Amino acid sequence: MSCADTFFGYALRSIGMGERLLPKTDFTLCEHFILIGSGLVWNLYFAFFALTLGFCLAIGIAVARASPNPLLRWPSRVFIFVVRGSPLFIQFFIAYETFVLIPKLGVDINLGFIEITAETRWLTKAWLGALIVLMLNTSAYSAQIFHGALLSVPKGDIEAAQAIGMPAGKRFRRIVFPSMLRLAWASYTNEAIFLFHATALVFFSSFPAWQQKGDALYYASYFADKTFNPFVPYPIIGLYFIIFTVILISIFGLINRRLNRHLTLSR
Amino acid sequence: MFEFCADPSLLEGTDWWMCYLSNGKHMGFYRSFGVVMMLLLVTVPFIMALGFGGALARRSSLPPVRWLGLAYTSMVRGVPDIIFFLFALIAVDQGIEYLRHLYFCPDWTEPIRQGNDFVVCARAKMPLSDADAWVHKTYSFFQAVLAFAVVFGAFAANTLFGAMNAVPRGQLETGDAFGMTPRQVFRRILLPQMWVYALPGLSNLWMIFIKATPLLFLLGIQDIVYWARELGGTKTALFAYPHPDWRLGYFLFLLVFYLFLTWVSERVFDRLQRRVSRGQPTVGGTV
Repeated sequence: MSCADTFFGYALRSIGMGERLLPKTDFTLCEHFILIGSGLVWNLYFAFFALTLGFCLAIGIAVARASPNPLLRWPSRVFIFVVRGSPLFIQFFIAYETFVLIPKLGVDINLGFIEITAETRWLTKAWLGALIVLMLNTSAYSAQIFHGALLSVPKGDIEAAQAIGMPAGKRFRRIVFPSMLRLAWASYTNEAIFLFHATALVFFSSFPAWQQKGDALYYASYFADKTFNPFVPYPIIGLYFIIFTVILISIFGLINRRLNRHLTLSR
Repeated sequence: MFEFCADPSLLEGTDWWMCYLSNGKHMGFYRSFGVVMMLLLVTVPFIMALGFGGALARRSSLPPVRWLGLAYTSMVRGVPDIIFFLFALIAVDQGIEYLRHLYFCPDWTEPIRQGNDFVVCARAKMPLSDADAWVHKTYSFFQAVLAFAVVFGAFAANTLFGAMNAVPRGQLETGDAFGMTPRQVFRRILLPQMWVYALPGLSNLWMIFIKATPLLFLLGIQDIVYWARELGGTKTALFAYPHPDWRLGYFLFLLVFYLFLTWVSERVFDRLQRRVSRGQPTVGGTV
């Protein structure tokens, strides 16, 4: 089997396309690269959706955390304390056990052109259940970062906006939010890297890899278990993660440039 | 443990709970908390040693040493720690066995890697296959310590390197002006002053370290996660203490344990920070 054949057979194996059986013996370097790379689809999927959804949630939690209303402040404080104070690994276990206990129900969602049945069974699958855990986890860490930044927004800016009669909503959108984002961005970049790395944990906590559809680390450890040689699969997955971490850092760097575009001195 | 626990099937209510929570398996569960605490305490000196080594290597004037330090400290930024754990565990194991193999069986001619097997002679096995169970347990515990120390040592090296650079230049130059040797400047001026800059990073690292301890489970140690899964799983009537699936309860208990641990640590570090800030020219410093 040539490397091109391997590519077409296994490049999308992690999402259930191509060959059904994983290679069993005589693993080639090509198979290592392609199968582990195929699993990376899951890591990128989890990272992308957890970060985008978690970002929106984090802004809300950070604002609630700084709110003068105790009914908003306390729940967000408790949420941040519990999530930041406990290991993600335990959170995965707890979420999975909870999702398993939820009765199996189906809810019809009408999207206008198509009707889909959302089932609570999906929560026990990694694509939804683990995504929810990762999203909640990153939103708590990010909310703490954004909350710190929110408190550091210069008072003068807000007073100036008040003085020219800007309404509260507009003040938040045009003054507070951009400043907060700018101040938080460096720490938020770190959090994004941590979240991306945490996606490797998904199939090592409770969530089962159904039909051997797993993430990059799932396949890397599959190879390591079969060959009993850690010196090939783990450096390969390490390389993949380094490449995508660098890409992540550069994307965040670009956003940072845009956030600070009014400051001419920082290039 | 208690005498009235002799026949669990007759127990009810509080008695049942007392006996259930004090049976042999639960004792193993409680001991595993000790294992986690021990790991935390035993690993810290290794982390600090590797952290100092890494930070000093990055400050070295010899380029190869500096590059080594840079490679070590930047690897944890690019690769998830769990990959290092899984890798280091087998790699260290095979490395030790390979070295012992070279030492004990020099006239062994067959290759070490035969297809999918890693074969060393019987005397090179680590620990020896006829060793007691506790030897195996201790060995795997120290393997875990080593894996944690390597990964978190790199984090610590980053923090310490930054802290060493944060000490004001004027302080070090004053030492030079007094005619101190570079070694004296390092020991008497840099080292005592760097802690105020290192502490926030180190306390953060300690929190991450605490939250990484459940990964012990993946390293094959019978830690609290292992016991929580073991004890919480459904027990049919065949068992002395039958119960449905209680894993959620056990994991919630672990959650509380970790919340407590991180909460206490945070308080201790706040105190420590106030202490080392005394007399420092920083915002938090007081005279």
